[in-house]
Amino acid sequence: MSVLALLIPTSIGLGLLGLAAFLWSMRSGQYDDLRGSAERVLDSDDEPLPARAEEKGE
Amino acid sequence: MSCSDVSPEGTLPSTVAARFRRAERIERVQGGTDGRGHCRLSVPSISCGKCIGAVERALADCEGVVAARANLTLRQVAITLRDPETDPLPALEKLQARGYPATLLDPAAPADATDSGVASSLLRSVAVAGFGAANIMLLSVSVWAGAEGSARQVFHIVSALIALPVVAYSGRPFFGSALRALKAGRLNMDVPISLGVLLATGLSVFETAMNGRHVFFDAAVVLLFFLLVGRYLDQLMRAKARSAVTSLSRLAARGAMRELPDGTTTYLTLDQLQPDMVLRIAPGERIPVDGCILDGTTDLDRSLVTGEHAPVPAGPNAPVEAGILNLTGAIRMRVIRPAESSFLAEVSRMLAAAEQGRGVYVRIADRAARLYAPVVHLLAALTLVGWVLATGRWYESIFIAISVLIITCPCALGLAVPVVHVAAAGRLFREGIMMKDGSALERLATIDTAVFDKTGTITTGTPVLTGGGPVSPEERAIASALASRSLHPASRAVALGIPASPVAIEQLRETPGCGVEAVVGGRRARLGRPDWVAEIVTGHRTADSTAGSGPAFALESGPLSTFTIAETLRDGTVEAVAAFRAAGMRVELLSGDGKEAAQTIARDIPFDRVAWGATPAQKIARLEELRAEGRHVLMVGDGLNDTAALAAAHVSMAPGSASDAGRLAADFVFTRDSLDAVTGAYRIARRAETLVRQNFGLAILYNCIAIPLAVAGYVTPLLAAIAMSTSSIVVVANSIRPERQPTFRFANHPAQETAG
Repeated sequence: MSVLALLIPTSIGLGLLGLAAFLWSMRSGQYDDLRGSAERVLDSDDEPLPARAEEKGE
Repeated sequence: MSCSDVSPEGTLPSTVAARFRRAERIERVQGGTDGRGHCRLSVPSISCGKCIGAVERALADCEGVVAARANLTLRQVAITLRDPETDPLPALEKLQARGYPATLLDPAAPADATDSGVASSLLRSVAVAGFGAANIMLLSVSVWAGAEGSARQVFHIVSALIALPVVAYSGRPFFGSALRALKAGRLNMDVPISLGVLLATGLSVFETAMNGRHVFFDAAVVLLFFLLVGRYLDQLMRAKARSAVTSLSRLAARGAMRELPDGTTTYLTLDQLQPDMVLRIAPGERIPVDGCILDGTTDLDRSLVTGEHAPVPAGPNAPVEAGILNLTGAIRMRVIRPAESSFLAEVSRMLAAAEQGRGVYVRIADRAARLYAPVVHLLAALTLVGWVLATGRWYESIFIAISVLIITCPCALGLAVPVVHVAAAGRLFREGIMMKDGSALERLATIDTAVFDKTGTITTGTPVLTGGGPVSPEERAIASALASRSLHPASRAVALGIPASPVAIEQLRETPGCGVEAVVGGRRARLGRPDWVAEIVTGHRTADSTAGSGPAFALESGPLSTFTIAETLRDGTVEAVAAFRAAGMRVELLSGDGKEAAQTIARDIPFDRVAWGATPAQKIARLEELRAEGRHVLMVGDGLNDTAALAAAHVSMAPGSASDAGRLAADFVFTRDSLDAVTGAYRIARRAETLVRQNFGLAILYNCIAIPLAVAGYVTPLLAAIAMSTSSIVVVANSIRPERQPTFRFANHPAQETAG
């Protein structure tokens, strides 16, 4: 049963890690525009969108 | 194609620049800590991934814009400007040119800041409860699988260590709401929920300390998790509807150009306007406060204020109320009343009074809680007494009584209403109907009378050309060219009705109250009031004043021809009225417009009653009358004159083209062009009501099985976990069950909103 002393803290630690990751992603605004993020993946341009240099592309 | 001489009165103001003055724009740019200016634009036509790219690329090389990020969910664009003093006009114009009309959002507007704060704190609670639920469930499964002795004790202690902070953190929304309800002497659904969660946690902590067999940590935390998910979805739905409604905001005048004694002008916001100031109002602007015209003549569109559909000519000394749209001429006006006592403010006072008169509507869930909570608590008390009398053992009796409370904790009841409403709101939203909150849906399901306003509601508010006019293509082209230079609704109808072709126009002049005049190929041409147009045909004004019929057109000493202009019914109006009547409802028309206009419209539609010339107070009086008859009235209207009636009715709907105040007062706002929005929303509301009733049935069925087991003392934590989760899942599954038959006959073409 001594293995439990290792396993339980590990499982809870991993859970906390997941929770922390979720809270971080929430704070950094990744849930603000779920539909937009889904669509952005399909944007074929590889350059970052608001690049001031690309004027002629349109 | 030349407009060699365009007088200032005749120019169409550039749409973007006219809607926002520079000072007003800059006021909406906020300085950030990085020294940049930040502002948000509402861009309702962002609707797909391509739009994001198009919008952001358009803004990338725009003057003054450092960065732009489009948000597809909210249909907004966040823009970073070079500094807080940068004018965002180039960005607005660029978007307009690309086909994405944008409006600048007011950062001080009824903040969705607090709103998104609530949403993200709920989401954090969901995350914490989810973490707790998953981990405690893991430990509980080990216990149910047969962990004994010290291992079980360790599992219980670890569960307690996780559960206590989780319950304390994630339970706050419920505890807070339950406390508020109890303080107010009411019972809501959160009271039994809080009690159940707290007792389950408390009992389990005691059991853990006593080295007991049964703990309910998992039940308490999983319950919180499910309920928080429901509540978060509910919050999300409302936030989405609200942001959609604000995006429709039609920039009612929030300020005006004041003319100083020395003749210069300066921009003042609405609350800085004082009596006796002189304001300049350009064509296409709304009157900001009550006042009277000093000089200048114009036509006024009073449709949002009074419901009249035809513009009224006005000259010096004519009184003007806040909210009126100035159509054709530039005017100078003197302020009579400051903004807080203007017509608009009067409307909001009536609004407040009307809302109080509506009486308190008690939500279905709260009505259920009022019945449910006392029954359950009484049952638990009786169980305790019964077991004490039967066995004499206090400890076991208390344990069983608490397990009754835990198992009856209304998880399914808590989810029964919000999940249905979220699903219904999603369907409505896809069809272009925004619902303010769930109680509106419940109220809509109970209506037995529908009252419609005319202008802007049953009719589209924009007249269209139905026929008439000159025969020769050249003359038609000239008429169209003249019409396209004017903001007057009749002119717009003519301009839209005849395909534009280039015509050389000189000396264009618009005479408010009469029409447009220009010189074409050396001959004078006029479009406007028949008697005024007749002047250039016969040389003198005819006595025959047929004002009210359509505009006339003539070339100098040529024949005179008259256009026919009619208000257009919204698509689906006849069907909607017929459908309501078929459902046994009473349908009335309650218009602020004149008798003739109301009766013309009502001729083809089988209303039960048609009333015209109604003032806002008379509208409320009529609604009061209907309520006194015991009827539940749905009010559909759009104008400022309907605002108080919208608030006084049992439930109300407004089209997206309604006045700001009307939209705020209405429970539903629809952006569909067709009036089947009203019947469609009603059908969805009825179905939602059925589903809620079914869910209550399921929850009661669950209790009928679970309570006897609990009272008899057979409930173990495992049984509680299975029973409670199953009941919640069954209720959720029933709520999101798709419907087979389609609700809407017309496809959804959201009305393109342009500020007016």
